Amino acid sequence: MRSWVLAAILILPALASGKPAKAVDDAKRQAILYQKKLTKDQQIVHALDRLTFGPKPADIARVKKMGLKKWLDLQLHPERIPENPDLEAKLQPLESLRMTPMEASQHYPAPQMIRAIAAGRQPLPDDPVLRASIQRLIVRYKVNKNKKEDDTEMEPAKTLEETLAAPELNTLRNGKPDQKRALLESLPPDKLEDVLVALPRGQRQQLFNNSPVDVQRRIMLLNAPQQVVAYDLLEAKLLRAIESNRQLAEELDDFWFNHFNVYYDKGSDRFLIPEYERDAIRPHVLGRFRDLLEATAKSPAMLFYLDNFQSVRADIDANSKNRKVKRGLNENYGRELMELHTLGVNGGYTQHDVTEVARCFTGWTIQEPRRGGAFFYNDSLHDKGEKVVLGHVIPAGGGIEDGEKVLDILAAHPSTAKFISTELAQRFVSDNPPPALIDKMAKTFLDSGGDIRQVMKTMLDSKEFWSQGAYRAKVKTPFEMVASSVRALNASVTDAWALANQVGNLGEPLYRKQEPTGYSNLNSDWVNSAALLGRMNFAVQVTKNQVPGVKVAASQPAEMIGSPDFQKR
Amino acid sequence: MTSRRVFLKGSALAMFGVGALPTWLSRSVYAADGSDRRKKILVAIFQRGAVDGLNMVVPFGEQRYYELRPSLAIPKPDGTPASAVDLDGFFGLHPSLASLKPMFDAQQLAIVDAVGSPDPTRSHFDAQDYMESGTPGFKATSDGWMNRALPPVAGIGSPIRAVSLGSSLPRSLRGRNDALAVNNLNDFQVRDPKAAAAFENMYEHTLDTTLHGTGKETFSAVKIMQSIQKQSYTSANGAKYPGGRFGQSLQQIARLIKADVGLEVAFADIGGWDTHVNEVGAQPAVGQLANNLSDFGQSLAAFYQDLGDRMEDVAVVTMSEFGRTAKENGNRGTDHGHANVMFVMGGGIRGGKVYGDWPGLAEEQLNEGRDLALTTDFRDVLGELVSKHLGNPNLKAVFPGYESPKFRGLIG
Repeated sequence: MRSWVLAAILILPALASGKPAKAVDDAKRQAILYQKKLTKDQQIVHALDRLTFGPKPADIARVKKMGLKKWLDLQLHPERIPENPDLEAKLQPLESLRMTPMEASQHYPAPQMIRAIAAGRQPLPDDPVLRASIQRLIVRYKVNKNKKEDDTEMEPAKTLEETLAAPELNTLRNGKPDQKRALLESLPPDKLEDVLVALPRGQRQQLFNNSPVDVQRRIMLLNAPQQVVAYDLLEAKLLRAIESNRQLAEELDDFWFNHFNVYYDKGSDRFLIPEYERDAIRPHVLGRFRDLLEATAKSPAMLFYLDNFQSVRADIDANSKNRKVKRGLNENYGRELMELHTLGVNGGYTQHDVTEVARCFTGWTIQEPRRGGAFFYNDSLHDKGEKVVLGHVIPAGGGIEDGEKVLDILAAHPSTAKFISTELAQRFVSDNPPPALIDKMAKTFLDSGGDIRQVMKTMLDSKEFWSQGAYRAKVKTPFEMVASSVRALNASVTDAWALANQVGNLGEPLYRKQEPTGYSNLNSDWVNSAALLGRMNFAVQVTKNQVPGVKVAASQPAEMIGSPDFQKR
Repeated sequence: MTSRRVFLKGSALAMFGVGALPTWLSRSVYAADGSDRRKKILVAIFQRGAVDGLNMVVPFGEQRYYELRPSLAIPKPDGTPASAVDLDGFFGLHPSLASLKPMFDAQQLAIVDAVGSPDPTRSHFDAQDYMESGTPGFKATSDGWMNRALPPVAGIGSPIRAVSLGSSLPRSLRGRNDALAVNNLNDFQVRDPKAAAAFENMYEHTLDTTLHGTGKETFSAVKIMQSIQKQSYTSANGAKYPGGRFGQSLQQIARLIKADVGLEVAFADIGGWDTHVNEVGAQPAVGQLANNLSDFGQSLAAFYQDLGDRMEDVAVVTMSEFGRTAKENGNRGTDHGHANVMFVMGGGIRGGKVYGDWPGLAEEQLNEGRDLALTTDFRDVLGELVSKHLGNPNLKAVFPGYESPKFRGLIG
């Protein structure tokens, strides 16, 4: 009992006085740190920590030689930096990145698409290799449909014994992972195809982790072609973070994708995301916020993810027998657009504004949403009445411009300027960025008409960014941790699939944040014991060359990568 | 049984030395002798995404429910598997929750209806944050209600007093008391002993307070977990957990409870409830919500079975950030609403009853003309559990700003 009384005596005064004395001291100490300058060497380390996915061993000397100012200026103009040719060569085979959603949905069909092709409702692709692999899937589907069993395989053209010599067959069956990989790499393409087709499905899948990139693609095409799109996305995300010369642009791609988050596992988003990241996010990462906002608003990926493609004027009978067009007003996009994309939750809007904004976006939909069609405005589903959004009257009788006006209002709103500046400062400066810095950035945002490059420049010109208060004040996100490890170890990456899985194990799987909030920018949300153990175990694996697709040249101690210091940036 | 306690005692002595055994350890090490009362354990379940409470516990006695939801309403109980499972002649469980009916009949499951957070927000993020901080409408709260709910300990507390299943620590458990996020009990270790020792030393000496604190929690927990990992685990009483993440989380909580390592509060969550579109399939009792509820119900039922008599010490409470619109939308779904339903299960719970005042579904009875109105504050339910089950009387510190919680009599 005594401890209870004692605890109560200790706790109560602190509650009564509001802020405890210690918090006030901490705040003062913090404010002083934001006034303290960095040394020249610290500045370079800081720039590389914050604006890249971590320094590679030679980076510090390179930036020193070039001059920090020039390096910063180049990073703010990525189009002036020649891209790393090795990276471009690695991205070349990832062809789904360059496809339209419709092509991706046809080339890498989900099971329902296979059924549709089998039933003649959809055409076979023209590409002969794909055509062959999809025909095989159709045969398997038909066999399974008749037998109702999953383990049936169709007859291969040639058996393994006919394709491989006895020693090769022995390696394939009993060899070590490295030997199997060497064998697969040595086979000419048609022979490789015969081998993969002849293998039972389970054994084929077992080869996946230790196969070269092109063999992995063939395995996926044979086993589950819809996975190719996710595979290409993850490969590209990791490879670019690790190897791109345009590091700041890649940091910002991660930032803006997360800000305008969409979720890979929601229906059609499975094949809509490559186009979304390529055409809606990447071109605008240092561009105008208004353009970025409209690109996301009109993207099939966002329209699908936040359900706006189904939102229609409320007076269409919700219980109509005609189910061809889904009916009813859906507020999901309207709400998240203000709460998460622009104004912020305290940005000064009401439930009434949410409904009015949703009305403005009625009819913003997708042509053939299940097949990967494009954005399309359907005037007959649009609410033609007058709307009032945040006090602005949007007159009756409007069309697609109603939604565009909403984007104008929101993109130019002071709350948006403040919210976006805060988020950028939390990502690049510290969890609790100084209000004076946010004010400067928000002012630039408004003065420049939402020019993201100018806002970033204001941040990079500020004394707060180059202060002891910001220096090594952030903990790396799981993605930053994994990418920066590979960079710091100067490891060579032939295939980033396993690395992407590591990012997921550490708590933030790429493209798979289900909620529209995206992942938090704050340390407190990802520093915990499970994640910390995960980081230490990743450090052990990557330094012992146990992560498939990643090679560390000389043996390096795990301690460096798992250390507290390395978790910071 | 003895071997685990011997292991534990051995590792505890190695950690703390003879004569300095913390109370939680002496309690758990000697609990088998009956020399000390076992600690009460509170398990909180968060249904993220706002579950449709009106289809989870169906007010089939109210005709208006059927008018508002022509394609979503669960039919009145008629004994068929597609109809509601009658509880009291007015409310019924969604048929996918039939696995929980035996617990209701055994008076170990109580239901609180028209309950939730009084804050009007319809943002998932904000509403979850408010419920987890335990301070609706007040954003500056830096810790979670469940962390504050931990009763003060004399001396060193168990490093696994407070555990969340999953790779990140939820808001509910953040705060000044040590709390642990655990993905999988068996993986809770550094796989290389040499590196492990080096890491422990580095985190011990780092100047970064966050990493130092988390590192310390991590390594003392690893030591306890190693004693648990040496035992293989099979569920008792034929309990079968579903294969999904939620079932696995509950199974691991059961394992921690039975290992007697000082667990006091545990947290698990389950997502997928944001059913704006196609909440139901070809008929109301199947589809997205039904599948999710069945995973939810079967996991809870398995947990109850697995723990058997240990349920005497355990209370489980479920919550979700807000309810969904009373009226269905045009996409065979429901939008963000207000009040919802909570389950409270345990040996000490006065179950077999639906608690709370039913506000009705007529238009003028609905919140803002669209959602189930709120008649019970979620802090009334949690407060009663914190105070009467966990035995922490200082509710003003657990729910600051909430002056007079009204207990519903869930615990006798």
